[in-house]
Amino acid sequence: MSEANDKITKVSIVCSKGSLEGVYPALIMANGARMEGIEASIFFTFFGLYAILKDYNDKIKIATVGNPAMRVPDAKGMSLPTWMGSIPGMSAFATKMMNKEMEQLDIPPIPEFIEMICDAGGKIYACKATVDMFHLSEADFCPQMEKVLTVGEFYELSAGSQIIFT
Amino acid sequence: MPTADIAGVTVDVNEEGYLTDPSQWTKPVGEAIAAELGIAPMTEGHWKLIDFLQKDYAAQGQMPTIRRVKNAGGIPIKELYELYPGGPLKKASKIAGLPKPASCV
Repeated sequence: MSEANDKITKVSIVCSKGSLEGVYPALIMANGARMEGIEASIFFTFFGLYAILKDYNDKIKIATVGNPAMRVPDAKGMSLPTWMGSIPGMSAFATKMMNKEMEQLDIPPIPEFIEMICDAGGKIYACKATVDMFHLSEADFCPQMEKVLTVGEFYELSAGSQIIFT
Repeated sequence: MPTADIAGVTVDVNEEGYLTDPSQWTKPVGEAIAAELGIAPMTEGHWKLIDFLQKDYAAQGQMPTIRRVKNAGGIPIKELYELYPGGPLKKASKIAGLPKPASCV
């Protein structure tokens, strides 16, 4: 295989989780791909769909329950026990702290990030099975969502892609 | 340190061809690097980004992110990708005689 063929030219990212730490990696990888001249698309499925639902994608939160790596008040602080993570407001508080850190690194809020990826030529798709299951319609999505796809269509559009599941 | 002869000037570069001393940059050097990257001619729109990157780097001491180019530089993302297809910030930084962007965003 020649060196030119070893280069990644296209990525299809599947975003299946609706927590902050589930959504951002997909967005950062898609945006990063476009910045390297790599074709990129994101297929949002299951709870990942919340990242492109216009009334909900500014309210994405960190999971403070069932997250054994979670520490407070910062990454080297004390381990957060699951029962404490379930205290009302804990998720909102952790999200606020994380958003502050991200803002300092110039990582955009989710709605702005989606818009940036779309403007950069990245494609945003929604999973048909989830749309049907959640009783959603096209009107529920942010305007950047290009098309609701079946899994078959997703594979078709991903021809020649590296598929990344997050 | 490797050097390169660009547009009749000898400049210090790193192994990827990025200038290591922004003060050695001249407009013809920028034009020559752009041509090498397949961007010619350099229009007013192209220079607007180069100008912003150089000023912002001088003021902040680090390369701006693509979001900063949009929000502080006022250059829409769509336009960036039209002007510098296939990796806008990397290409523009090289043309501007600045370091390769080191941020993930």
